[in-house]
Amino acid sequence: MLTKRIIPCLDIKNGRTVKGVNFVDLRDAGDPVELAEIYANEGADELVFLDITATEQRRKTLVELVMHVAEKVNIPFTVGGGISSVEDVEVLLNSGADKVSINSSAVKNPQLINDLAARFGSQCVVVAIDAKQINGEWMVHLVGGKVPTDIKLFDWAKEVEKRGAGEILFTSMDHDGTKNGFANKALAYLSELVNIPIIASGGAGNMQHFADTFIEGKADAALAASVFHFKEIEIVDLKNELKNQGVAVRL
Amino acid sequence: MKIVIINYGAGNIQSIKFAIKRLGYEAVLSHDEEEIRNADKVIFPGVGEASSAMEMLKSTGLDKVIPTLTQPVLGICLGMQLMCKYCEEGDTKGLNIFDCDVLRFDESEKVPQIGWNQIENLKSDLFKGIKEKEYMYLVHSYYVPMNNEAIATTNYGLKYASALQEKNFYGVQFHPEKSSKAGEQIVRNFLEM
Repeated sequence: MLTKRIIPCLDIKNGRTVKGVNFVDLRDAGDPVELAEIYANEGADELVFLDITATEQRRKTLVELVMHVAEKVNIPFTVGGGISSVEDVEVLLNSGADKVSINSSAVKNPQLINDLAARFGSQCVVVAIDAKQINGEWMVHLVGGKVPTDIKLFDWAKEVEKRGAGEILFTSMDHDGTKNGFANKALAYLSELVNIPIIASGGAGNMQHFADTFIEGKADAALAASVFHFKEIEIVDLKNELKNQGVAVRL
Repeated sequence: MKIVIINYGAGNIQSIKFAIKRLGYEAVLSHDEEEIRNADKVIFPGVGEASSAMEMLKSTGLDKVIPTLTQPVLGICLGMQLMCKYCEEGDTKGLNIFDCDVLRFDESEKVPQIGWNQIENLKSDLFKGIKEKEYMYLVHSYYVPMNNEAIATTNYGLKYASALQEKNFYGVQFHPEKSSKAGEQIVRNFLEM
């Protein structure tokens, strides 16, 4: 049986993790490769690296990081942040990334989704969508949720599926950082609306939130950062709890 | 031991190269016929779309070379699919090493299948030390229906062949190089055949 996936997300700046991490056994708290290895050994199903570097050097440092991760880590990983062309994706995949995640660049140039799917296959194209509710309507936002658009979440999700996205990573800006649980109602609707996997993001605070997003939110995978980085939730404990609640997980 | 990973321009080949390195072996990437024929073990990777990958194989002449290899050959994911007779994706004629077609999953489950699923009914030395229902990482929209060459099966809406063997040719739909320690064991089994 296909299992639900638990995905720690690492924010990267200049090749280093930016959000603080609370791992006593970590030799270098800012080393994403070491952290990635630990998560892989603890039972993470996938990893996401989100690059927020804004300098000229960003592409080079990101490619180096991807190489180092691919060298050490034996589970799949996705790379996102600032990817805007077929060439960007080619160099990342050739360096060992399994998937790439595109966000604002897909909104600005939706044809990019078609181009990437045709060139590399849908399976490596994750479209990340940040959205929040405005007057009761879920609206797509850009630049990490700062810039509103007039695009409706559910219309955009349908469109990215049609254009060849292999997965949708949906972050609710209303839930992100709150630790009050995922946007399960919107997630469940999304999961019924499209026939590609949905990764839930934003709002993880405790283990029940993950169970809820898999059961009520019908998510295929759940992504979180701080609850893992600060050891508030151990992945193995989380998976045992999910199993107890009847959620299929890899243990 | 000489290990060659066939490099024909399709997809992520670093991952398998690194997985082999983690096991203490070195692999070379090559599209040179001589070098491939002289290898002890050949790995035929592939990620992406079937018809364009097949075109790349043809442009290097490797579509004629691969079916005539006599050493152990391991096709991974799209590599395995291209070793079949026919792929529905892009209406692609395959290498016809495995006598089966590759079909698209119907829409009763989400497509692509992405994530960790179990392999069972294991019957090959490739799976030495691997327990029944071990989890492997899969990401694919097309599958090989059950057939006589199946050496592992997986369930996703239906039961399908997730690994194949015909003489010296092996194919796995999952990514052993991305499937944690159990996956690495499968790569090791292949290299130490």
